[in-house]
Amino acid sequence: MATLILAEHDDAHLNEATAKTLTAALALGQPVDVLVAGQNAKAVADAAAQLTGVRSVLLADGESLANRRAEPLADLIVSLAGQYDAIVVPGTSTGKNVAPRVAALLDVMQISEITKVVSPDTFERPIYAGNAIETVQSSDKTRVITVRIAAFPAAAAGGNAPVETIAAPGDSGLSSFVGADLSVSDRPELASAKVIVSGGRALGSAEKFQEVIAPLADQLKAAIGASRAAVDSGYAPNDWQVGQTGKVVAPDLYIAIGISGAIQHLAGMKDSKVIVAINKDGDAPIFQVADYGLVDDLFTVVPALTKALAN
Amino acid sequence: MKILVPVKRVVDTNVKIRVKADGTGVDLANVKMSMNPFDEIAVEEALRLKEAGKATEVVVVSIGTDKSAETLRTGLAMGADRAILVKTDAASVEPLAVAKLLKAVIANEAPGLVILGKQAIDDDSNQTGQMLAALLGWPQATFASKVALGDSSVDVTREVDGGLETLRLKLPAIVTTDLRLNEPRYASLPNIMKAKKKPLDETSPETLGVDASPRLTVLKTVEPTGRTAGVKLGTVDELVAKLKQAGVL
Ligand SMILES: Cc1cc2nc3c(=O)[nH]c(=O)nc-3n(C[C@H](O)[C@H](O)[C@H](O)COP(=O)(O)OP(=O)(O)OC[C@H]3O[C@@H](n4cnc5c(N)ncnc54)[C@H](O)[C@@H]3O)c2cc1C
Repeated sequence: MATLILAEHDDAHLNEATAKTLTAALALGQPVDVLVAGQNAKAVADAAAQLTGVRSVLLADGESLANRRAEPLADLIVSLAGQYDAIVVPGTSTGKNVAPRVAALLDVMQISEITKVVSPDTFERPIYAGNAIETVQSSDKTRVITVRIAAFPAAAAGGNAPVETIAAPGDSGLSSFVGADLSVSDRPELASAKVIVSGGRALGSAEKFQEVIAPLADQLKAAIGASRAAVDSGYAPNDWQVGQTGKVVAPDLYIAIGISGAIQHLAGMKDSKVIVAINKDGDAPIFQVADYGLVDDLFTVVPALTKALAN
Repeated sequence: MKILVPVKRVVDTNVKIRVKADGTGVDLANVKMSMNPFDEIAVEEALRLKEAGKATEVVVVSIGTDKSAETLRTGLAMGADRAILVKTDAASVEPLAVAKLLKAVIANEAPGLVILGKQAIDDDSNQTGQMLAALLGWPQATFASKVALGDSSVDVTREVDGGLETLRLKLPAIVTTDLRLNEPRYASLPNIMKAKKKPLDETSPETLGVDASPRLTVLKTVEPTGRTAGVKLGTVDELVAKLKQAGVL
């Protein structure tokens, strides 16, 4: 049979999470189709068609799919499920929201946030905030899987798959979209950034967070992340949170500034290639995972680092 | 309106867990257990809705061994009115089975709203609420940071990858909590005493007519490949030199 993946997008742009999910899906060894569900999302379908390894793109375009609410989106995926023995969904907020709904409608047990495909029915996934890795085998007829995005490289562009239009589902009217308050930023996206500068509780205020973290991030063309404490205190918006219950990232360079390194934070960043910690407490647990550490006051060191990089 | 809050007994969030050397799982002997933190947030939200006069009763439900009764008592001590234990000796019950058991409980209880934690901090599955919504044919709003309950609908602000989004759900509905929905209260000593007298009913998967057998087989559980601590540097210039060497600048 074949594998269906759900494309991550905002109706205008195909998100890189899709190409990473494709890499995981291709490891199952079956042909892969990509479902683009949205409203006026033709450009996204065309972009998905260019990913190497895609057999075909299914474009479902209609009002009910505009904000990818779980109810119509799950109905759509379930209506296609008969032709697939695996449904692979990115571990984004949209994917995590809809995939279990699909799994339950199909009466299968979802495998969440896989980090490795061992064989077509066996997968590795982190549990306990990444403090243990479990290998699980599925006995279900259809496998419904979400993918830990940071664990897979993006599939390359270079394909030319056909785009087939399919009907959008009706809307049960059980839910409706009221509005959104999305961050707008010129910075790279946290989930796919090569460099991340992350700030913690030690920054002390939203103003200081901006004043100290932003110039360094600008200098490095980095995305900005934050600890839960920084988000809870209102120094940074919720979508910047890195960790067990925030975003899981694996950039080439992660700079943790005034972050103690609680296990829940480490869960979101310990697979980064190079980790730098700046903390005035030399015993802070963040130093146990950091490649390079500076034990010093961030309010002097970070501006100095920004300046040194500018030269 | 009645609000149902499913709660799970998990390893306390401050415990550093140990993976068993033989690969058979995580060592849970003599480890401090607590209510899953996201479920505490769910209980708190339900209690606030009751205190605001928008709900009449808060019922906590747990699926697990006898020990899960302790977790239910915690919920009762926080202020829930009544508890239901779906008793099973299974070492773990998968989210799909949990959702089926909750569906059966809901058939008897008929709540207007079910609030669950978005994920349990042991298996990190993030599935149960969505699965329950699917099985009931109810709308869902996951990762809630704000809940505004009306008479026939609920508006839920959700934490999504790009920021925040608000949905309106027709009741009955399923909501799952994110960290910033509220700050759960501590149970006072008098309330802990009072909780001992509150009703705690027991049922079982057999009584509810649900097959809770697992679909996944855990082949092994291992420690992640660890990172080793690197070097502490003296100056910013040394750091810049190291980062250049590592090729990440
Ligand atoms: C269920 C649950 C889920 C969670 N999920 C997450 C998650 O996803 N992500 C997350 O991050 N956390 C999460 N947490 C919270 C986590 O446990 C920690 O509380 C949090 O990460 C701490 O944030 P912090 O490091 O910024 O603050 P702190 O732990 O307070 O650390 C601040 C650090 O700054 C240092 N410092 C202070 N002043 C200075 C200075 N002038 N210069 C240099 N250093 C200084 C201190 O030495 C300290 O190490 C979760 C917790 C729970 C219970």
